[in-house]
Amino acid sequence: MTETFAPETRFAVPGRIAVSQRAAAVWQTATLTEIRRETPYAATFRFAVPAWTGHLPGQHLMLRLTAGDGYTAQRHYSLASAPDASGHIELTLDHVEDGEVSGWFHTEARPGDRVEVRGPLSGFFAWPGDRPALLIGAGSGVVPLMSMVRHHRAHRLDVPLRLLVSARSPETLIYAREYGPETTPVFTRSAPEGVPVGRLDARHLAPVFAESGDWEAYVCGSNAFAEHASRLLVAAGQPVDRIRIERYG
Amino acid sequence: MNVTRGFTGRPRVHHPGLPPGQYDAGDDWPVLSAEVTPDLAPADWTFRVDGLVAEPRTWTWEDAHALPGSEYRGDIHCVTSWSKFGVRFGGVPLDAFLAAVRPAATATHAVAYSHTGYTTNLPLADLTGGKAWIAFSYEGQPLAPEHGGPARLLVPHLYFWKSAKWVAGLRLLDHDEPGFWEQNGYHARGNPWEEQRYSGD
Repeated sequence: MTETFAPETRFAVPGRIAVSQRAAAVWQTATLTEIRRETPYAATFRFAVPAWTGHLPGQHLMLRLTAGDGYTAQRHYSLASAPDASGHIELTLDHVEDGEVSGWFHTEARPGDRVEVRGPLSGFFAWPGDRPALLIGAGSGVVPLMSMVRHHRAHRLDVPLRLLVSARSPETLIYAREYGPETTPVFTRSAPEGVPVGRLDARHLAPVFAESGDWEAYVCGSNAFAEHASRLLVAAGQPVDRIRIERYG
Repeated sequence: MNVTRGFTGRPRVHHPGLPPGQYDAGDDWPVLSAEVTPDLAPADWTFRVDGLVAEPRTWTWEDAHALPGSEYRGDIHCVTSWSKFGVRFGGVPLDAFLAAVRPAATATHAVAYSHTGYTTNLPLADLTGGKAWIAFSYEGQPLAPEHGGPARLLVPHLYFWKSAKWVAGLRLLDHDEPGFWEQNGYHARGNPWEEQRYSGD
């Protein structure tokens, strides 16, 4: 067996962002206080978590439901709310077909119900607010990106932030009432009169890269979407060590 | 633990092979890589083992395929809660690579790294004794890039973030050195049967 030279790896993984790990270790009680319908398939659930120690935009948590017989189910969900001192957090959940956790949320949950959460989690898909952010999301992948947008607005941050959000139609666009000039929606199935229908493509990215070449990119969506969007970014010249991806499903 | 009003879960038959907090993903195989999927051709793939070893070595695709192959048939478990039962990976046991480099007696741990620079740490005991593979195929087909192809580390008894995709090498150490997810709050060892998801578990 001949030994051959090992090529240096490209070390393309983006670096970690410093976050507190303390709260990740314990389950806390979260009490549902409000439910808001976002689209026919998605709703936002607001929880009081008195001991919440805060989070960075983009982070997620783990949520646990417990049945009367002791059975537990746990899922990761992105935080939708911007960090604040209110002692509340928000999650936005799609109703997943046959989903046992999202099914409970969309069919049973009501204010006063208690669940358990631990977090915040991830020093990877997190935006401290200190660098230009190019956000690309599809479907419920927009949830952690909305936390970033809200944070950017709440603190009137000067650093550039742009959001490209893909949805099948205006009716399924989560947070439709909340987007501002930082956002470009992309509709893949149906769109308002005069708006093109089609997948996210290089034409959507061109004006963003014309504006700046100094982005930290955050991509969140299904694996198929994440593959597509990340390849568009690479083709546009975005360095792979500044592309952060969160995939679901 | 709080009971959640009205929650009963899916109608379920308890599967004895399911670790706590996991669910059966059935035919789905979710992809959760944090980095861009690399375009890596088998001809460009290499696997190196160095660090505390008598004879560091690098294998090409052809070299690795010349080693005796074996299969893993069993289950895999992801820290994000999905599990898959009865999957089949083909590859070469990691023991074959380690035998060639002759680990030093002082080697206790390793860092596995990817061609993307992803890293993950493991005790050597979790990599030896037929518990780990360099995998090239899944269900008889070449491993897809988004699932770590052309080759990935496979350590199926631990949460799947330990099974580094697009594996490029293994560095043997005399101490534990946290990898990518471990530095991002995940557990140093990640045993699904002890539900070691995060640091502190």
